[in-house]
Amino acid sequence: MSTTPELAILNPVEEVLRKDRIPTIWCPGCGIGTTVNSFAYALMGTGIDLKKTAIVSGIGCSGRVSGYMALDSFHTTHGRAIPFATGLKLANPELNVIVYSGDGDLTSIGGNHLVHAARRNMDLLVVCVNNMIYAMTGGQAAATTPGNSMSTTTPYGSFEPEICLPQLVDACGAVFVARWTAFHVKQLERTMAKALKKKGFRFIEVVTPCPTLYQRRNNMGDGLAAMMDYKNSQQDQERRPHLRSGHGARRRYHRR
Amino acid sequence: MLKEIRIAGFGGQGVILSAHITGRAVALHENGYATMTQNYGPEARGGAASAALVISDQPVLFPYVANPDILVVLSQEAFTRFTPEVKEGGTLLVEEDLVHMENLPQHLKVYSIPATRIAEELGKKMVLNVVMVGFFCSITGAVSYDACLAAVKDCVPAKFLDLNIKAFDRGFQFGQELLVKGTKPEADTESEAILESAN
Amino acid sequence: MTHADPRCVLTGTHFINGDAACCEGALAAGARFAAGYPITPSTEVVERFASRAPTVGGIFIQMEDELAASIALQGMVWAGQKSFTVTSGPGYSLMMEHIGLAAMTETPCVFVNVQRGGPSTGLPTLPAQGDMMQARFGSHGDYSTISLVPSTPQECFDLTVTAFNLAEQFRVPVMFMMDECVGHMTEKVVIPEASEIELYPRRRASKPPGEFLLFEPGPDLVPEMAHAGEGYNVYVTGLTHDNRGYPLMNPKMQRELITRQFEKISRAADQLTIVESEGVEGADVVIVAYGITARVSRRAIQMARDKGLKVGLLRLICVWPFPEKLIRELAPKVKALVMPELNMGQVVIELERCAGGKCKVISVPHPGGTVHKPADILEAIERGAQ
Repeated sequence: MSTTPELAILNPVEEVLRKDRIPTIWCPGCGIGTTVNSFAYALMGTGIDLKKTAIVSGIGCSGRVSGYMALDSFHTTHGRAIPFATGLKLANPELNVIVYSGDGDLTSIGGNHLVHAARRNMDLLVVCVNNMIYAMTGGQAAATTPGNSMSTTTPYGSFEPEICLPQLVDACGAVFVARWTAFHVKQLERTMAKALKKKGFRFIEVVTPCPTLYQRRNNMGDGLAAMMDYKNSQQDQERRPHLRSGHGARRRYHRR
Repeated sequence: MLKEIRIAGFGGQGVILSAHITGRAVALHENGYATMTQNYGPEARGGAASAALVISDQPVLFPYVANPDILVVLSQEAFTRFTPEVKEGGTLLVEEDLVHMENLPQHLKVYSIPATRIAEELGKKMVLNVVMVGFFCSITGAVSYDACLAAVKDCVPAKFLDLNIKAFDRGFQFGQELLVKGTKPEADTESEAILESAN
Repeated sequence: MTHADPRCVLTGTHFINGDAACCEGALAAGARFAAGYPITPSTEVVERFASRAPTVGGIFIQMEDELAASIALQGMVWAGQKSFTVTSGPGYSLMMEHIGLAAMTETPCVFVNVQRGGPSTGLPTLPAQGDMMQARFGSHGDYSTISLVPSTPQECFDLTVTAFNLAEQFRVPVMFMMDECVGHMTEKVVIPEASEIELYPRRRASKPPGEFLLFEPGPDLVPEMAHAGEGYNVYVTGLTHDNRGYPLMNPKMQRELITRQFEKISRAADQLTIVESEGVEGADVVIVAYGITARVSRRAIQMARDKGLKVGLLRLICVWPFPEKLIRELAPKVKALVMPELNMGQVVIELERCAGGKCKVISVPHPGGTVHKPADILEAIERGAQ
C-alpha cells in the first residue's frame, strides 16, 4: 500500500502490478505469488501490448491474481472465468485474454468449461495454479487432491483419485500444454512467454504448495520442503511435462 | 368477422406452412388480423402436427382454437381427433385419399380433394400443402385469391415458385369446380357410412 | 440517443413468431453478440440470431451450458459490445448466479426468458408465467433489476429494443419475460425504419485513464463504463467494491454500493411505470395483468362489458420495478383489482401489498400449460363487482 514508495528498491515487475493492491492476501510460503512473479516477467519480456491484455479469474486464492495485475482485470464467479474470457475474446479479438485461476475453480466446478474451451480451441491462455486443495475456504478436497490426502472434507483420506490436467486438456485438443512447479520460476517464465505469443487454447499448470492447508495437514513440511520435493522430482522429468505418468511429482511427496 | 381455423395432419406434410401462408395472406396482404399457433410434438417427422389460425377484422385476443369454424385434415389421426371439436355447422376440408370419413357429424359442410394425388401429378408430393391452401381459399372465401397467392409467393423458395403457383391454382380450381357442381359427394359417403355403422 | 444501424434492421412487415421478433429486436437494438444454450421454447431466437449475426459482423456462440452462456455474454459486454442470452425455465435457474454478477458489476445486458410450465422440466412446449418472482428475486443477495413482459410478437420486437435501452440507461441486467405462447405465436410484426428506432448509447467513460473511476456514480447514480482494451485497466469484481472497482468488504461500503444500486432504479420509478391502461377511469373492477394473460383478459372484459359491468384493464409492460405508486392511487377508486397470472399467484402478492387493503384483490391463478379461459376471469370480475 502506501509503504511501497518508501522502499529504496523498486519491485522490478511493478509496472505490471497494481501497487495500490499490495500486499497480497496470500500466506507466507504460498506458491501463487511466485507464479505471478514469473508471469509478470513473461508479460514484460514478450512486449505484448499491455493495454490490450485482459486477465480473468474465478474465485479462490488464485482467483485474486487478476486483481493484482495492472491489466484489465476481471474477478468473476466461481468456475466461470473461462466462459467470461470466451465472451471477452469473441467480442474483441484484439485482446490478449489470460485466464488465471486455481485448480478447484478451473477444474472442479469449472471443469466443463475447461474441456469445452480446449475443444473449441478458444484463443485463451489458461494458467491453472494447482495447490491441490480448496484453500480460500479452508482446505477442502478438490478434483485435484491426490488420492489418500487429508483435507477437511476427507478426514480419513480422500478415496478418489485426482485428475491429471495436462492429459485432460491435451485430449480435448489444446494446442499448447505445459506443467511446471513453483520451484521452476525461470522455466515457468519462459513457458509463459512462449505461450503468450502463441494462438489458440494454451494451458499451463503450475503445481504450487499450500503450506497452510495442504502441506501441513498431510505432514509434508513447509514451503521450503515443498521446493525441495519439486526440485528432486524434476531430476527425473527434466523439462518435460510428465504427461504419461500422471501425478508422479505429487505422489512422491505424499507421505502421510 | 372472427374465424377460427385448425389445420392438422402428420409432420412433414407442411401443415404449419399452410397455416402460415394463410395467416400471412390475411395479415399482410389483406387488412386483417391473423394469429397462428401450433402444437409441438416431440417428432420432427411423422407424428401429429397441427396449427391453429385465428383470423379477424379486429385484433385477435384469444390465440388458441378450441372449436374451429373450419377444420382442414390431412391425416386419419387428425380427422379422428379434431372432427368432434368443429363448431355446429362448421366446415371440414379433407384430403380424401388419406382420410376415411367415419362417424361424420351430420351438421358439417364437408369438401374433399385428392391433394396429394394432384401434387404428385404436378411432380412433387411436397406441394400438397399449397394445393390445400388453394382449396381452402376457394371453398371458404375466408381470404382472397390474390392475397393468398401473394402469400404463397412470399413463402416458397424461388426455384419452386412456378410449381407452387400451379399447385395453388389447381387446388383453387378444384374448389371452384366443386362449388359449381354444388354437390357434396361426401354426403353420399356419409350416409353410406352411417348406414354401414347402423347395420 | 442514437439510431439503429440500418444494416441490422429488417425494416418491413413480417409474419413471424415472437421468438423471431425478439431476435430482430435485439439486432435492431445493436446486439451483435449473443451466447446461449438450446432450450425449448426459446431456441428459435438464437437459431435465427446464429444465422443473422454473422451477416452484420456479429457472433453467436453456443456455450456448454447456461452458466457459461450467462457469463460469456458479460465478457462480450465488457469487451464493448451489446449482448444478450436467451433461455427458458431450467436454463434460467442456472443463469441466476450470473444475473447477480451482472447486477453487482452493473453490466448492461438482456436476459430473455421464454417461460414454460414448471417447476423442473415441466412443460417444455407449453406456456406459463411461473418465473416472475425468480426474475425479481432469483439470484442471491439484494439487487434491483427491470423486467419487461411482451404480450404480442410485435411487442417482442418493440420491447426487446426497450430492454436493451433500459439496460444501457441504468446499467442493469434487464429480464425480458416472454412465454411460450407469445414466443411461438405468429402474427404481423412491423419493423420500422432504422432512423425511427432510438437507441440509448453505452455510457462511455468521459474522463481519461487515471482520472476515471469505474464505479463513480453519475448524477443519476449510474456510473460510466470503460471496457477492456481501452487503456483504463478496469477492475471488475463480484465482491463488494469501491468506486475504483477494488474489493472493499465492510458494512459501510456494502451499504453505500447496494443502496445506490437500488436507488438508481427507484429514483426512476416514473419512467419505469410502463403500463397500458384501457377503461380504467370510472371502472368498478380493474384487471391488472401482464403478457399473454393481459391479452386473454381483454376477451373477459368484452364479455363483462356486455353484461353491463364497468371493467378496465391495466396491463403491466414493466412488471419489475412494480408500479407501486399507480396501484396505491388506483386501489381506493375501485371495488376490486383482479389479477390473472399463469402461475399460482406471484405478482399478485405485490399487488395486494400496494393495494394496502383499500379494495378487494382477487387472484386468478393458473398452473400454466395453456392460457386462462376467459370465463374464469369473467367469474372473478363478477365477484369483484359485487
